[in-house]
Amino acid sequence: MDWTLYIYKTIFLFIILLVTLLVAMYSTYGERKVAAFMQDRRGPNRAGPFGLLQPLADGVKMFMKEEIIPLSANRILFILGPSIAMTTALLTGVVIPWGGTLTIGGREFSMQIADLNIGILYVFAMVSIGVYGIMIGGWASNNKYALYGSIRAASQMISYELAMGLSIVALVITTGSLSLHEIVQQQHGMHWNIFYQPLGFLLFLTCAFAETNRAPFDLPECETELVGGYHTEYSSMKLGFYLFAEYINMFISSAVIATLYLGGYNMPFIHQLGLSPNAVTLLGTAFFFMKILFMIFLFMWIRWTLPRFRYDQLMNLGWKGLIPLAIFNILATGVFYYLNELF
Amino acid sequence: MIFLFFMLSAIMVISALFVVFSKSPINNVIFLIICFIAMAGHYILLNAQFLAVVHIIVYTGAIMVLFLFVIMLLNLNKAIIPQKSRLTRIMAVITGGIFFLVLLAATRQTFEIHARYPFTSEIGLVANVGKTLFHEFLLPFELSSVLFLSAMVGAVMFGKKDHPNEAE
Repeated sequence: MDWTLYIYKTIFLFIILLVTLLVAMYSTYGERKVAAFMQDRRGPNRAGPFGLLQPLADGVKMFMKEEIIPLSANRILFILGPSIAMTTALLTGVVIPWGGTLTIGGREFSMQIADLNIGILYVFAMVSIGVYGIMIGGWASNNKYALYGSIRAASQMISYELAMGLSIVALVITTGSLSLHEIVQQQHGMHWNIFYQPLGFLLFLTCAFAETNRAPFDLPECETELVGGYHTEYSSMKLGFYLFAEYINMFISSAVIATLYLGGYNMPFIHQLGLSPNAVTLLGTAFFFMKILFMIFLFMWIRWTLPRFRYDQLMNLGWKGLIPLAIFNILATGVFYYLNELF
Repeated sequence: MIFLFFMLSAIMVISALFVVFSKSPINNVIFLIICFIAMAGHYILLNAQFLAVVHIIVYTGAIMVLFLFVIMLLNLNKAIIPQKSRLTRIMAVITGGIFFLVLLAATRQTFEIHARYPFTSEIGLVANVGKTLFHEFLLPFELSSVLFLSAMVGAVMFGKKDHPNEAE
């Protein structure tokens, strides 16, 4: 048994957990500030300097609210719903390579919790289990708006998972590996996959918006039609978990996009700076987080710019727009690499 | 490892029993999901990570979602499950028994399979699965994909049949 490795992994796991929660917490603040900026308002500015304590105040408010479980609801499943949503949202961060290797006391430690050789597929598996959180919660509420919301969420997520998977197939043809660690290492310097798979990147990005139920694909919680969608009946911290899981999903999918297409922790010209290996690793991680934050900003930017799709438009876009494009992308990539090997 | 094996097996068997004996359809589906996740755990114990994850994506993530979907849309409850007639029940028992025989026969064959394909710990890794599928079992693999395609075409046909005018 290699105890140092176990201790390191445990500590690293907690750090990642805390960072994920922190980023998700401040995404709520960021979202409101970005919305305020776009609508020429000030946004939250009462709690603390620049309203920086607003997420904490919101969290306390969520915990203090009265917890209501409707009488006609299925109690066990009602509680199970947000738990699944939160758990699967947090589980995905395990396979993401947050940085290179750190050398502590002559030993090398990887800044990734688990380097599975099927890393991308693991992310997909967690996303596909995440649907249950919404479906079970919506059904257990015993409310027709919640049921509509959860059915919309489920059909939307299944439809867009297909296009997402197909856009990944083209990426896998390019990289020849399913391990996120290897995919990042192949993108050293400026060999980012976005330059090799521009169409795949756009497809993946669109599907990521749909998978996280973010605008313009936020039909499951469309207020004008469905009150609150699948979380209509939820109150207190269970509602908080649903909302929080959405922000965690946004953070994780930004991290996955940055890993797959934007070079992960690779920073151009980083090795020309003449820094020590540890400093290079930490700088790479910082650069990775800059990419993630930019992607989160993009998520918000689009939310406050584009209006919501209508439901049939959403399905048409998914099945008749994105999937054929993704299949074309696979064919084009396959033909390109085949010809590349021939000549 | 052995402890994990027995724990996963216990979860699988118990949840499978609940699938059969639970009265409410939604609980059945949820226990089947638990059963499938435990099965994925078994694949991981065999070092077949690719199979485990594909199992979760396809069965837990897609097929069971559709099951749940149908149950939610029809809003099935235990009160409205119709009692089957005696003939249907007898037929169900006979068909189940025949299927059980087939399973037994298949299990007996595994001894021969072990001799032909000795178990290695790397057998379930994605590169090996891919090579086996696309070299040795290419024909069955392609044939099954044709089968899936025909099923898809059939589903589309069923979906269109009800609205011949609106489809225009």
